[in-house]
Amino acid sequence: MIALLDRDIKLAIRAGGGFGLGLAFFLIVVVLVPFSVGPKSDLLAIIAPGILWLGALLACLLSLDRIFALDYEDGSLDLLATSPLPMEAIVSIKALAHFLTTAVPLVLATPLFGVMLNLPAEGFVWVMISLAVGTPALSVIGTFGAALTVGLKRGGLLLSILVLPLYVPTLIFGAEVARRGTLGMDIQTPLLMLAGITFATIALLPFASAAVIRINLR
Amino acid sequence: MMVDLGDYAVPVISAYISSIVILTVLIWASLSRSAKVKRELEEFESKRKSNG
Amino acid sequence: MSEKRSLWEYANPRKFMGLSGTLLPWVAISGGALLLIGLIWGFFFTPDDYRQGSTVKIIYLHVPSALMAINAWFMMLVASLIWLIRRHHVSALAARAAAPVGVAMTVIALVTGAIWGQPMWGTWWVWDPRLTSFLILFLFYLGYIALWSAIENDDTAADLTSVLAIVGSVFAVLSRYAVNFWNQGLHQGASLSMDKEENVADIFYYPLLVAIAAFILIFVALVLLRTRTEIRARQLRAYMARERMQ
Repeated sequence: MIALLDRDIKLAIRAGGGFGLGLAFFLIVVVLVPFSVGPKSDLLAIIAPGILWLGALLACLLSLDRIFALDYEDGSLDLLATSPLPMEAIVSIKALAHFLTTAVPLVLATPLFGVMLNLPAEGFVWVMISLAVGTPALSVIGTFGAALTVGLKRGGLLLSILVLPLYVPTLIFGAEVARRGTLGMDIQTPLLMLAGITFATIALLPFASAAVIRINLR
Repeated sequence: MMVDLGDYAVPVISAYISSIVILTVLIWASLSRSAKVKRELEEFESKRKSNG
Repeated sequence: MSEKRSLWEYANPRKFMGLSGTLLPWVAISGGALLLIGLIWGFFFTPDDYRQGSTVKIIYLHVPSALMAINAWFMMLVASLIWLIRRHHVSALAARAAAPVGVAMTVIALVTGAIWGQPMWGTWWVWDPRLTSFLILFLFYLGYIALWSAIENDDTAADLTSVLAIVGSVFAVLSRYAVNFWNQGLHQGASLSMDKEENVADIFYYPLLVAIAAFILIFVALVLLRTRTEIRARQLRAYMARERMQ
């Protein structure tokens, strides 16, 4: 299992693996937002927590098709399916690899992007905490979507259409933690809900994702 | 006979018209697809019969 | 082998075609009749609401369509489960057939909901929890329909969309709670007035029941019709595949 994780991370990091693209996309979104809404600092300060969440979410979304596509195309996925590792473990490892290579860099980069969007000082901690708690759910849910579309060429748009509605609860609670934390309000409920979503999806969704991969490999 | 809708004539009428339009489009699309597929299937089946 | 008369017999495509063919005209006609009765009764023969004026008449469209939007998804969920467990093709095709009807119901609910809210809220769209939840439901429907269209193999498509329906249902329910949390405190007064659990006076209640019954029958008629089409289309694809192989 560690070997699979190791391999996926290495594949993502080497040239052509897409590492850093998520980060670059996040940066671009953050740069584009002031162009869309105007450069007024107080407006940016209000919307910064939400924009940071949205940017991170979209950046995660973009790297989802890489989770299975390369292995599917060159037959490695078929080989993995015959290995003694249960498919549920395989999809979980792949989700973890996505989280480590895409989500974690995004979370670490949020202070820099927060500064660019005039995020108030109190917000930095809460944006990072909410992203840290919520992005695993994004990876796991995204892995499910990637499994559904694995056999499709150019399934990227369909992948987005399938995954974005599934992302809504995570986004709502995550952005609420970020927003309320920035304003100094109580964040207990949304944070608990967010953590609940993350734990529940990590525990349960791999079963669905594994079933879907098996269906697609028939 | 026409009911006095007061200030709200525009919203009420547009709600009714848009709903009826959507329903009509749905029904018409379902019926025409049904007819088309039924016709194609019958063509195929008569070809099969004539081919033995 | 004992032949117990059961509902499962109609999982056989031929039996389904037989029964649905007989039922369809009756269901369709009674649905249309009830719709006319309900809407005419509600539109012409009910008074205005003291708060909402004549816009209350929109209730006869908004509530039934909203109910059917949710029930259609629920029916798709059940049909998907039946497909996954018992592999009855008619069930999978019925789920596929119901989706566009559900979409139309959702759109009617959204449009009538927005129009109803406009005089009260002053804008054509508000992120009211109810409307927002229906918008999310609309997105789930779109994804489901898109997935069916994208997969070539019939059985694979049925399997994948069934799993999506199950996972989607969980997230749809979760979204409902999330949206309520997200929008608490905003428009609470106004959304209450559109709440179907609010005590609807008798005088509005009976034509509303008729309209709801009408929408249910229309839904059933359309699903029967569309499932028949899907069964025929599947047969057609089988013939064409066989021809290509000869």
